[in-house]
Amino acid sequence: MLAARVVMDQGVHVEGLNFFTGFCVEGHTHAIRNQDKARPKRNNALWVAEQLGIKLHIVDVIEEYKDIVINPRHGYGANLNPCLDCKGFMVGKAREWMERKGFDFIVTGEVIGQRPKSQRKDTMPVVARESGANDRLLRPLCAKLLPETLPEREGWVDRARLHGFSGRSRKPQIALAQHFGFEDWAQPAGGCCFLTDAQYSSKLADLWRARGERRYELDDIMLLKVGRHLRPSPEFKVIISRDGGETNFLTGYRRQFVNLTATSHRGPLTLVDGKADEAGIELAARLTARFGQGREAERVDVLVEWPDGHSRTLAVRPLSAEQIPPEWYV
Amino acid sequence: MSHHQLDARRILCPLPVIRTQQRVENLAPGDTLEVRCTDHGALNDIPAWCRINGHEVIETRDDGAEVVITIRVS
Repeated sequence: MLAARVVMDQGVHVEGLNFFTGFCVEGHTHAIRNQDKARPKRNNALWVAEQLGIKLHIVDVIEEYKDIVINPRHGYGANLNPCLDCKGFMVGKAREWMERKGFDFIVTGEVIGQRPKSQRKDTMPVVARESGANDRLLRPLCAKLLPETLPEREGWVDRARLHGFSGRSRKPQIALAQHFGFEDWAQPAGGCCFLTDAQYSSKLADLWRARGERRYELDDIMLLKVGRHLRPSPEFKVIISRDGGETNFLTGYRRQFVNLTATSHRGPLTLVDGKADEAGIELAARLTARFGQGREAERVDVLVEWPDGHSRTLAVRPLSAEQIPPEWYV
Repeated sequence: MSHHQLDARRILCPLPVIRTQQRVENLAPGDTLEVRCTDHGALNDIPAWCRINGHEVIETRDDGAEVVITIRVS
């Protein structure tokens, strides 16, 4: 937002690019959970574009991004976040878009030292090089600390009016935002990607372990954002909704998974991901009962539905909290 | 000018916007597109996308489980 505004102030025509990887935090979780219902359901990229008065192009990179997540050349950060590869990939996609649409250079909001892996002085040239953007990549917020780029040399922007921010503090950015009259701004970098989240990364790692290979589909990574995930066996895990919003969301997957709901008491919707035998289905039913209003009951009736349409009702005793080993929680 | 429909149910923000964007690219000025979504966030996002790109929102409707946004392509 700030970087775009800095060059717009110099008369440069800017259009926004927003890449959707499937791991973006905003929107999804807000839309699903009851507790988030009161939050504004704005898409930050669209909101920023409106604040700036620029066009925004949202680009679906879900398929291409898989290779970045699965095989990051530069490795992961603290969790399964391939930040440096991600940055190079996105700037590379921006370069392709720039060339296709006849634009002259790319602007990013990177600041040296802002992020421990992808925004260091020594990694800035890596992003420029691996993306193919090279000296057509301008970082207006820290440009004064970096070598001159093409737009500066050509006089398309005045280097003197760019900035030399560095470090983790966001005070200079906040001051600049206030200078521009912005009263609100989007989530700082890092907090907008599920891959930086330890719990989410643990679920993704579990998914790969269970499958015996590192691959995923969009539905997989969506489901990792929703519900309690418990793996009682290497063969299957259960995803149990935590509120009505999640139940509604998981309902959309009922035809793809064996699913369970209590019929004698109010309770969650459970999906079984993997292959559960008779004992496994009964365990899933007891877990479903555990997280519903019948948790203290002697017996809970649980309807089990299979994707082929057949169903059966099981009468089960809910598991107690003590009967659920902590290691089941993914 | 013709009327079109887009099923964007059971997908979450920003996919309804992306699908709308992709569909609009292949429509002619004056065409209308009715987008049906289950993510209520689309009630904010699709009109925002329309404002940014100059398309007109003719109607938004919240039917509880689903929301319907009808736009006219500029």
